[in-house]
Amino acid sequence: MSVLECKDLCKNYGHAPALDQVSLAVEPGHIVGLLGPNGSGKTTLIKLANGLLTPTSGEILVCGMRPGKETHACVSYLPERTAIPTWMSTAQLLDFYGDFYADFRRDAAEEMLAHLNIQPRQRIKQMSKGTREKVQLIMVMSRAAKLYLLDEPIGGVDPATRDYILSTIIGNYNPEAAVVISTHLISDVEKVLDEVIFINQGRVVLQSSVDQIREEKGMSVDELFREVFKC
Amino acid sequence: MKWQFSNDAPIYTQLIQQIKVGIVSGGFPPGERLPSVRDLATEAGVNPNTMQRALMELERDGLVYSQRTAGRFVTEDKAMIETAKRGLAERHIKTFLAAMTNLGFQREEIVSLLRQESGEEETAHVGSGM
Repeated sequence: MSVLECKDLCKNYGHAPALDQVSLAVEPGHIVGLLGPNGSGKTTLIKLANGLLTPTSGEILVCGMRPGKETHACVSYLPERTAIPTWMSTAQLLDFYGDFYADFRRDAAEEMLAHLNIQPRQRIKQMSKGTREKVQLIMVMSRAAKLYLLDEPIGGVDPATRDYILSTIIGNYNPEAAVVISTHLISDVEKVLDEVIFINQGRVVLQSSVDQIREEKGMSVDELFREVFKC
Repeated sequence: MKWQFSNDAPIYTQLIQQIKVGIVSGGFPPGERLPSVRDLATEAGVNPNTMQRALMELERDGLVYSQRTAGRFVTEDKAMIETAKRGLAERHIKTFLAAMTNLGFQREEIVSLLRQESGEEETAHVGSGM
């Protein structure tokens, strides 16, 4: 069964269509890049999958269910902006996640935090932007979810932090779960992806595997993207 | 091991090449157990399914073999490793010859230039006299 499935999904903001007849499926075991220019509908799609928005028409299913209480339990979401409570210490944040999510693997989170030398007593607000991003990603990836929705996980951080974030995503790979990464920093993520979905002006323009694109076009996904979305 | 990828070829074929180089150069010695798919993927910074695909292809070629519970191992067949080495060398030579031909060199000139470079490296750079 697909972890995420959209059928003729439409979302309008007032009269402006943000998503237009989107149909796609994401299978377990895949790491999928949701790639598109700014304003193409990436975040809207992720918010719909997460139940933060409701469709105007069409259908979106997560693990076969409409987004709601049951799907919140199996979706781990990394929002575009840092959303962890900054007044908390790392230890409090671990408790908080443990209370909220039955699938939270505290041991895994503690191990990753220790690896970064982040002390349990350290407060989120005392951390740099890069460290906050890392901590938030650790929390999100420490859940044994079925679907990880990562909205711009590598935007606005330095290259070393990017590498750390990507290797954390690979290191937590689970063949029964799917990861959807929205980004426009394609050259950085392309090697980590199985599959890419190109989205433009609310429409899916391409869904293909990374190696299929490289094999058939003789170019990287990044180069193809630049060609398709040339301004 | 250092992993590097170009833009013009599939990632799994590049992984195959680089693991082959690792085996041929002794980075992964004959008979040695390979790291797990996840560890290799993390090290190379690639998708685990792509790494899996590369290892399966190497398995099909016989350069690595898997034991159901113990993991994947490099072949102990030295002759097979030698053949892989030749294969990699031929690819380098073909690329080199194509580049030299493109520069306008004839076969004999290329050979003599190679002799000069490998035999008299200490005499610094000799002009190619084009």
